[in-house]
This record gives sequence, structure tokens and C-alpha cells, in this order.
Amino acid sequence: MIKVTYVASDGTKTDVEVHEGNSLMHAAVANGLDGIIGECGGSAMCATCHVYVDEAFADRLPPIDDMEEEMLECTASERRKTSRLSCQIEASSEIDGIVVSMPETQI
Amino acid sequence: MSGGVVIVGAGQAGVQTAFSLRQAGYADAITLIHDEAVLPYQRPPLSKSFLKEQQDEEALAFRHRDVYDDHQISLLLEERVLQIDRPNKNIRLATGSHLAYDHLVLACGASNNRLSIPGAELPQVLDLRFLDEAITLRQALANAKRLIVIGGGFIGLEVAATANQLGLSVTVLEAADRLMARVVSPEISGYVLSRHSAEGIKVHLNAMATNIQENKEGQLTVSISSGEELSADFILVSVGVHPNTELAEEAGLETDDGILVDEFLTTSDPDISAVGDCARFPFAFDTSLIRLESVQNAVDQARCLAEKLTGNPTPFQAVPWFWSDQADVKLQIAGLTPTADQTHILGDLESGKFSVCCFNEGVFIGTESINSPADHMASRRILASNRTLSPTEAGKDGFTLKAFASGQ
Repeated sequence: MIKVTYVASDGTKTDVEVHEGNSLMHAAVANGLDGIIGECGGSAMCATCHVYVDEAFADRLPPIDDMEEEMLECTASERRKTSRLSCQIEASSEIDGIVVSMPETQI
Repeated sequence: MSGGVVIVGAGQAGVQTAFSLRQAGYADAITLIHDEAVLPYQRPPLSKSFLKEQQDEEALAFRHRDVYDDHQISLLLEERVLQIDRPNKNIRLATGSHLAYDHLVLACGASNNRLSIPGAELPQVLDLRFLDEAITLRQALANAKRLIVIGGGFIGLEVAATANQLGLSVTVLEAADRLMARVVSPEISGYVLSRHSAEGIKVHLNAMATNIQENKEGQLTVSISSGEELSADFILVSVGVHPNTELAEEAGLETDDGILVDEFLTTSDPDISAVGDCARFPFAFDTSLIRLESVQNAVDQARCLAEKLTGNPTPFQAVPWFWSDQADVKLQIAGLTPTADQTHILGDLESGKFSVCCFNEGVFIGTESINSPADHMASRRILASNRTLSPTEAGKDGFTLKAFASGQ
């Protein structure tokens, strides 16, 4: 288990314990957080699990592949330097304590 | 006591209805009825990642158990509805009790079509819709060497591609003259066929299975319409689905290959709505009555219904979209494209990254994309707007869907 902090667009913080190997998208949805939708179930097909990753953790994540890159161009809220699809971020001890901010809207 | 909203079925549409109601501020009781013993779960991974990885079943659950409690959604597991008593606005459950409703939501889903050929009942002939079936299929994939998939649609091809990646010898039998004929253009069918063939999957088109026999060692022999015989250790049947309308029919609701609803997803009884795979609704883009089997349709209808039940009725008019992951082929479809009478290809088939723009009588009706998510997302935006895209415009040098969608 690692700790992930999700920050809603109004600033509310929620800490969630996530099993290693699970995606940050699934953990948010399964725990009932409204800021992440994950409509396609984690196939990088819908861009509704967009998050901004805290800069301290951004370079510990695997690189963005071509599909994620194209989908990040299509997010409902603005893309920033730290934008990622949370379905492509797997919980691991490397990123224990990671903080991700959820955008105002996903659709 | 108020019965609140009772939702029959806890697939994608039912679960989304429950949570969208709470998000929209619905304050009365919500009861969600699920006929399986496990927490409601996502189905898309069952034909793909779940078969490959020793994925935890927990990772498929839409929500953890306590989240239902937190949202005051009463989740009944292993429970079935036997009858709807419309005059008294209650339902009778298999466990004997009755449950009152203010509004009833039918999110009953669909059931797999069966093969009606000799041998179809053998235990090595598998089906895939439920989690327990996916677990059986995963075990078969781990222990066997040869798989025959009957049916070359999304699910059949996703399983075929996964099995091929796992090292099995895979044969696909498709009754039509091309793959996924019901949902994509001949261009996409041809491309996907070439990709699967290049990966070593044997595809037989115009091939109907007519008989399945088992020998003493438990090996199967499938006879096909051409007269050929093929052997396999096990078979997956994926030959489409039919909507679960029995409950609605017995209650006297109007049905026609689906539970008939209006643009507000209301059935012929104003106190009953239907959403997801089981509902046949007026398509906002041409007013024909359609039924869609997709995650997007289930989710968007659930949201639309939740708005209606909290006092903000708006007609359902979401742009349909679909996807299928088949090994390294990511297929995405925006809009409904089977009626296309003209197509225009953007990109290049050789590169494995292209889109087929589809038109009907000169009107843009959607795009089928291979490994081109930006084209897919742009097409959804174009379809949702009132802008018209002509085949001539799409054929201009330097045209991109993304630039067009941004109004450039």
C-alpha cells in the first residue's frame, strides 16, 4: 500500500491507501472521488482521468507514450507541463506519498 | 416510507445511475439490485487485461463496498427481480420480499446469444460476459494450446488477440464476409484482418460452425460450412447479444428488441425508465430507434436520467463512441458509421495510424480511427457541434480533424 493524496479543484485533500499495481485512476474512482471519471476503465481512450502531478513526483513516473500524448492534447481542462492520465500511473513504492490535483472538469 | 429510486441491474448503467443521482443531489432512498455475489464490476477488461495478468478482482470493482454505504446506496447482492407490479408501484424479489418504488430504473443489460449447433453444450465451449466466465476462460488460456473463437466481433477479436499474445494457436470463425461487419467500414475490417493475420491468427470468413465433437481425450473438432474440420482444446463463443426485456414484457411495457423509451429515457410507463444495453431509444441525430451496447451509452444515459429524476429533464443526445483494444491495434469509433455510403481516409494504412471519415449522403456521420486518438476526440467534438463537414472539405490537402474541430 502507498499513500496518494488527491486534491480536488476546490482544494479539498483526500488521502487514499492504494495497493501497489493498481492505477491512480481506479483508486480514485473506487473510493468515490468525483474529480476523476475514468470512463473507459483504464485504456487511455477517454481522457477523463486527467490529473496534474506534483512537480516533485513528475520525473519519477514512466514516460508518456504516443497514445497518452495524443489524449492529453484532448483533455477537457487545460493541459499543463505536469498533466498525466491517472490510468497510466501505477501505484509503486517509488511514488509513495504522491500528490495529484484534479482539474475542474473532465468532460 | 418513500420507495425512492429502485435500479434493476448493477452493470455500468445501473451503478452510474445510482452515483449520478447522488451527485445531482437526489436525497431519497436508492436501491441497486445486482444478481451476482460480487461487487458490481467493469466488463471491458474481461476480454483483455484481465485474461493476461493475474489481476485482482478487486481492481475490477467500480466502487469499494463502503463507498455505496457512504453514498447511502443500498446495494442488494445475489438478488433478482421476479415481477413488476405497476399499479402498486412495487417489485417482487426472488428472496420473497416486495420493494416499493417511486421511480423504477431498468438497467437489465443484455445476454449472450447461444450457438444452436450439436456440441455447443460441451464444457469446453465457453461464453464470456460475467466475471466467473472470465476466470474460467483465463484458466483455459493458461492450460490449453489451441483456441477457436466463433464470432469475429469486438469481444471475439479482443480475446483472440490476447490468446495469441499468450502463445496459443488461435483460429477465428466469422460467418460474414468481413470482420466486425456490423460496426465498422470495410476499410477497417480489411486492415484489422491483415494485422491479426500478420500476428499469426488464422481467420476464416464466411465460415459457419455446424457441429462440435469431442474425442476420448477431450479434444474438440469443429466442422465448418466449407466442409473443413478444425481441432481445438477449447472454444469461445461470441456471437452477439440480445437485450434482457423479459421483465418489461411481462409487466406490459412496450418492447421491440429492447425496452422502448422516449428521448427522456422514459418507458411506456411514466414511473419507469430504461438505460443501457436494454433500452431502445430515438437517436438524436436522425430520429431512428436504436439500441447501443457500449460503456459510453450506459454512462451518458445514466447521467441524463439522473438529471431527469432530479428535476432537470433534457433530451438524450450524446454522441456515441466505442473502442476496442486488439493487441497493438487501438480502434476508436466516434458516431454511428454503418450507414456510410462514402469514406475518406486520413493518414496512411502502412503506418498503422489512420482514420476513416464516414459520410452518408454527403453528411459527416463519424470516424473510425486506428491508433489516432486525436482524430477520434476531434470527431466527437465535430459531431457534438452543429458544424457540417463535407467529403470535399475532408479531402483537401493538409486537412486535419483536429484543426477543423478547433474552427481553424
